[in-house]
Amino acid sequence: MKGKVWKFGDDVDTDIIIPGRYLVLRDEKELAACVMEGCDPDFSKKVKKGDILVAGKNFGCGSSREHAPIAIKAAGISAVVAESFARIFYRNSINIGLPLIESKEISGHISEGDIVDINIDEGILKDLNTSEEFEIKPLPDFMLGIMEEGGLINFLKNHLDEIKDE
Amino acid sequence: MAMTMAEKILAKASGNKESEAGEIIMANIDVAMTHDLTGPLSVESFEKIGLKEVWDPEKIVIVFDHQVPADSIDAAKNHMIMRKFVKEQGIHNFYDVREGVCHQVLPEKGHVVPGEVVVGTDSHTCTHGALGAFATGIGSTDMAMVFATGKLWFKVPETIKFEITGKLQENVFAKDVVLDIIGKIGADGATYKACEFGGETTRNMTISDRMVLCNMAIEMGGKSGLVEPDQKTINYLKGRSTKPYEIMKTDSDALSLETMYVDVNELEPQIACPHNVDNVKPVSEVEGTHIDQVFLGSCTNGRLSDLRTAAKIMKGKEVSKNIRMLVIPASREVYSKAMDEGLLRTFVDSGALVCNPCCGPCLGGHIGLVGPGEVSLSTSNRNFKGRQGSPDAEVYLSSAAVAAASAITGKITDPR
Ligand code: SF4
Repeated sequence: MKGKVWKFGDDVDTDIIIPGRYLVLRDEKELAACVMEGCDPDFSKKVKKGDILVAGKNFGCGSSREHAPIAIKAAGISAVVAESFARIFYRNSINIGLPLIESKEISGHISEGDIVDINIDEGILKDLNTSEEFEIKPLPDFMLGIMEEGGLINFLKNHLDEIKDE
Repeated sequence: MAMTMAEKILAKASGNKESEAGEIIMANIDVAMTHDLTGPLSVESFEKIGLKEVWDPEKIVIVFDHQVPADSIDAAKNHMIMRKFVKEQGIHNFYDVREGVCHQVLPEKGHVVPGEVVVGTDSHTCTHGALGAFATGIGSTDMAMVFATGKLWFKVPETIKFEITGKLQENVFAKDVVLDIIGKIGADGATYKACEFGGETTRNMTISDRMVLCNMAIEMGGKSGLVEPDQKTINYLKGRSTKPYEIMKTDSDALSLETMYVDVNELEPQIACPHNVDNVKPVSEVEGTHIDQVFLGSCTNGRLSDLRTAAKIMKGKEVSKNIRMLVIPASREVYSKAMDEGLLRTFVDSGALVCNPCCGPCLGGHIGLVGPGEVSLSTSNRNFKGRQGSPDAEVYLSSAAVAAASAITGKITDPR
């Protein structure tokens, strides 16, 4: 995965990602049109397919609204990199197949507009502008399985009987 | 093996004798709650799996609370999707627009008992841990899995236990205690952890107060809030629930247990200042701050005790002409009792607006939104940028007592 960076700070909450007044919407494109509106009303116009969000700690804190990762994914963002993620957002993202990358010291080192290259298999994120490399924390196997099968719905379709019998 | 309450409940739910923090388990779900706002996405995801029937309609509870009555055509359509689902699936535990906020309605109607695993497509589902259940918020796709299988995977959390001791001063409440804790450990201070509240102060609290503590566990990143059940819990359940239950308690030598001691003797009312819940200051530091709207309500502080506290302060006084105040009882039961006790009359006479039980301005998607540059003082649980309307508005969070005292003066005021 390679993409241009959009930079955000710590504690980016779900009301910033998708404000409450838009939760009546369910259409992915409509949700994408309001993504990150809480901090930049024009963000959805600026963001391009394949871009990557880079943030500090506790990204996605707040509500359980799945509208948040849906809006990010539908806006064309290929991955979110952060120092840490809030729990429900983390689950929701993996469930819908939005890759989340956790990397400890990242946010002070990468600048907006840099191009980063993420190699999940090798566990390395590289900033192509500065050539700096960062280690990324691997997903737990169980979640990797869900990701690889294209999200929880597909995973369920493939394994429904096993899960029911467990 | 010595275990925490969270570990014991999750062990039982996954059919194991023991469970240990860090382990991934598949738990059987006892209660699955969804509402009008996140319900439609859950239904959509469930339909994508291709199944016709949910695993057990009796274990699903649906509450309309976020946009009731519908304030837009989109909201009305969402309600229609959910009513159709309720009918098709034969869901009996359905509370349409009349009943109130999900986290108040579920305990009131006896849907939650100790030792259960409760999931809801709402982050404040952690509230239900006040009755000794393991309760946590999940997303819509997770809920689709629950609808389909009755199961959900969890990473068993470590527990951080808050040992709260000391006597609260007059007009200092559970809300001040939990804001103080969040201010100290930060918005991500308990991420992935079960937050258990204990100590003599917690034991002396009512179930409503304990709900306030557990409600805000998510604001420090917690997976669930928990309080050990006691006689008060048992009394609360009487007449509400006929479900069998099992009381589980944390062993003091559980390995995954970390304890934080909190003394509340000197605690003064606390305020969470814009735009983060952990930006907490004692009221003395923000006293006099100008406000435009006061909101008394929500799943945090819209209960009868909160209305009583506020009415006592407001009786015979008038809401400042410069501001508006919204009072929204958390449920029909609360509304009706507040009516019997004359509390609603006090609010109406003082010039406050009393609205039907619902989430109200809490999430900035229904009624009572605030405009650019305006300041809201709210008894709810989140003050994120844009939470109650304009991204250029500011939200302060407080107890019901601070809200009531401030409504009279038109600025943030110490109720003591
Ligand atoms: S009152 Fe507020 S926090 Fe509680 S469920 Fe409603 S919107 Fe969520």
